[in-house]
Amino acid sequence: MAEAIESGIGAPVRRKEDMRFITGEGRYTDDFSQRGQVYAAFLRSPYARARLDSVDASEALAMEGVLAVLTGQDMAADGFGDLPCGWTVKQKDGSDMVTAAHPPLAHSIVNYAGEPYGLVVASSVAVARRAAERVITEFTELDAVVNPALAMDSEDIHAGVVGNLCYDWELGDASATDAALAAAAHVTRLDLTNNRLIPNAMEPRAALGIYDPGTGEHTLYTTSQNPHLERLVLSAFVKVAPEHKLRVIAPDVGGGFGSKIFVYPEETAVIWAARKLRRPVKWTAERGESFLADAHGRDHVTHAQLGLDEQGRFVALKVQTTANLGAYLSLFGSSVPTYLYGTLLAGQYKTPNIHVEVHGVYTNTAPVDAYRGAGRPEATYVVERIVEIAARELGMDPVELRRRNMIQPADFPYQTPVALVYDTGDYEASLDKALQLIDYAGFPARRAAAAVAGKRRGIGLSCYIEACGLAPSKLAISLGAGVGLYESGEVRVNPTGSVTVFTGTHSHGQGHETTFAQVVAARLGVDIDDVELVHGDTGRVEFGLGTYGSRSLSVGGSAIVGALEKVIAKGRRIAAHMLETDVENIDFEEGQFRLRDSNRALSFGEVAFAAYVPADYPEDLEPGLSEKAFYDPENFTYPAGTHIAEVEVDVETGVVALVNLVAVDDFGILINPLIVHGQVHGGLAQGAGQALLEQAVYDEYGQLQTGSLMDYCIPRADDLPDFLVDTTVTPCTHNPLGAKGCGEAGAIGSPAAIMNALTDALGVNDISMPATSEKIWRALSG
Amino acid sequence: MEVTLTVNGSQHSLEVAENTLLVDLLREHLRLTGTHVGCDTSQCGACTVHLDGRSVKSCSVLAAQADGAEITTIEGIGSPDDLHPMQAAFRECHALQCGFCTPGMIMSAIDLVQSSDDLDRRAVREGLEGNLCRCTGYHNIVDAVLRAAPQMK
Ligand code: FES
Ligand code: FES
Repeated sequence: MAEAIESGIGAPVRRKEDMRFITGEGRYTDDFSQRGQVYAAFLRSPYARARLDSVDASEALAMEGVLAVLTGQDMAADGFGDLPCGWTVKQKDGSDMVTAAHPPLAHSIVNYAGEPYGLVVASSVAVARRAAERVITEFTELDAVVNPALAMDSEDIHAGVVGNLCYDWELGDASATDAALAAAAHVTRLDLTNNRLIPNAMEPRAALGIYDPGTGEHTLYTTSQNPHLERLVLSAFVKVAPEHKLRVIAPDVGGGFGSKIFVYPEETAVIWAARKLRRPVKWTAERGESFLADAHGRDHVTHAQLGLDEQGRFVALKVQTTANLGAYLSLFGSSVPTYLYGTLLAGQYKTPNIHVEVHGVYTNTAPVDAYRGAGRPEATYVVERIVEIAARELGMDPVELRRRNMIQPADFPYQTPVALVYDTGDYEASLDKALQLIDYAGFPARRAAAAVAGKRRGIGLSCYIEACGLAPSKLAISLGAGVGLYESGEVRVNPTGSVTVFTGTHSHGQGHETTFAQVVAARLGVDIDDVELVHGDTGRVEFGLGTYGSRSLSVGGSAIVGALEKVIAKGRRIAAHMLETDVENIDFEEGQFRLRDSNRALSFGEVAFAAYVPADYPEDLEPGLSEKAFYDPENFTYPAGTHIAEVEVDVETGVVALVNLVAVDDFGILINPLIVHGQVHGGLAQGAGQALLEQAVYDEYGQLQTGSLMDYCIPRADDLPDFLVDTTVTPCTHNPLGAKGCGEAGAIGSPAAIMNALTDALGVNDISMPATSEKIWRALSG
Repeated sequence: MEVTLTVNGSQHSLEVAENTLLVDLLREHLRLTGTHVGCDTSQCGACTVHLDGRSVKSCSVLAAQADGAEITTIEGIGSPDDLHPMQAAFRECHALQCGFCTPGMIMSAIDLVQSSDDLDRRAVREGLEGNLCRCTGYHNIVDAVLRAAPQMK
């Protein structure tokens, strides 16, 4: 029993999956190899925009070891479809967004530097790469559109997409918002950019395609956060293979952060090449390819206005954003700057009037899609920066201004003016705890001490909210989603009483093998070591929508709870029969089916055994003890919290030190706080990276200037401080675990906190992210 | 060319191309896939192994340079039943998430502890700046290194 308690809900169980990772026995896509395997290298456009005139592969094909050079033309001739966008956004005027065709391999025109238009397959990686250099391609270079702010006034990139405008989308009441702004006692205005980021999961993307000519089965090992969705898209839209002849396996995956949600050209081409050549084909990205061709994140240009009345109450927020979608719509690229952004602009506040308009534009840059937080960091950045500046303009304490406007516990459920209904929360509880943890009251003394040492110290808050647990299917589909966003779970009790659990979510660092096992072990009263989680394989797991939007536990875990309840219900019937009573008299607790008011009981293992060896068994019951459930959430979940940063700037050099970073988050009920804190740490690091270090830069010709880890600065250990993280709890009201999701919060709240701290230190209203020492030094000298 | 080296205690003589990198020898020829490749510019440290007891980025060492050397990879420092203190500390402190950086991080951390006295949090951070982790934010990695350090003395 001690073990059960130590591994129960809320226990910091050490991760089950760690043993293989710390001993070098993890198995990532590139670690798999097949007999007869050959290797792909992609032909990529050196131009941001060009006509593809001709591809001459004769020299490459003559090289020893080269098996084939396949092009976009060949793929089109084989009848492949385009890569689809999974979310159709409706424009302001009611029409559908304007989608530009996205062939997996370009065949007539290339639209970003690094876009693949073909591949070489050869006996080794080295030969494939050398041969790719010998393919002679004629291009006619065209003028590239790079700057999203100018895209609508530039030449059209795609035929039929006027002004490079994919959509003009709005949410909220424009006239009421304008009227409230006009009548406001004070209006704060702010222009912001949300810097373009490159996700950089440490494992580069990879794919291994295998074709079995005997059965016609295709197997694709790939770095995916959602293998079933990958299979669905490859089968239904791209027409790679029928769904029942395609198995997608996402084994251990080395981080995703969104970038491995999407269906990419490379895995599509690899499975196609495997069939064509009847050889297993493997491709593993070099980091340079990850920079060029993984979907990027963020990249907004925004003008915002916040109106306040005499008492400092927010009366209106108006936001105009241009969102860079890149050259093509990636799988969820359209939804990120709309439904995952505009809907979050109420933040934690009772702003009665909100209107947001978003221009989603195409440019000749890599596609932009979800990156940790996806839309919600951008929304938080707008809200929490403008609120901070409003406080400064009004000479108010930024904490007090926030408090005055916060939605209070008594206000839930709270309908925002931007479509969401928040179910629960206690925002001041998180705020208070965070203020205490950072010793807010002691800040003036710390600032004074820093000044004596010639440093400028600043403090800044960010009170964020996010919508997670994607998503209620009916609502999502009514808003344009092409798929439901429920999740599946299966609990298969084995005859010996051990349990195999199947989930359609995917763990690529989140520790599902442990957290989900805790949920199952606690409910069934079995040892956590007797629970095994299976995920990431369409051949083993029935269906699923994968992992993103901090959904795995709240949606996937809830599906597993549904299956557990069915297992217990069936177990009670079996136990009732064996104990010669009615099912109503059987209680299940702590792993025992007990006859009420007696000392008679059967263990979970005994009932499992009886289910598979039904010697003494109810006549009207099927043998076996294995149940499935689907769970479709009623609402989003709403994690929220307060992040506070403290920075110190060296006035001489502009070097900024992030000295304190506190996060207090309300994720609802925690299953494993150790894992939850780890998720927050990772998110904070990425948020700090966005604020201080990271930016994707394209030059005016559309060449990526930050194409390696030497030019694009992701945080290293010595760039970051120790983090102080804690939680508050209001259980989610509409899922059985009370859980809200914790994967993205760190990256959502922290950039605004850090930038508020930095601008506080410098005494300016804005400095653009990333706030490098050079920018800071210039701000100080200017 | 032929290269002879000792990897995790066993001697191997292998025929490799002159430009073969040590990491490729390990991963492709010996199938020791615990050593990872995270970049193409010697920046990430995912490929870190020990060469004659010191940590090196195996993507920046030619197999030929390792001729005659003793190489230790993540597979060679401990087993599930007998973990190296650094491996155990990584698990205990939740110093890994996706696990991709972990082998290199552990190999670097072992060398760091062995080659320094009196590590504090700042020194660990500076000592590990050649190893990138995108998941953990490093906080728990620092905890793990400081937990393992006294056990390794
Ligand atoms: S693979 Fe990145 S440093 Fe060796
Ligand atoms: S644990 Fe994923 S990169 Fe470090």
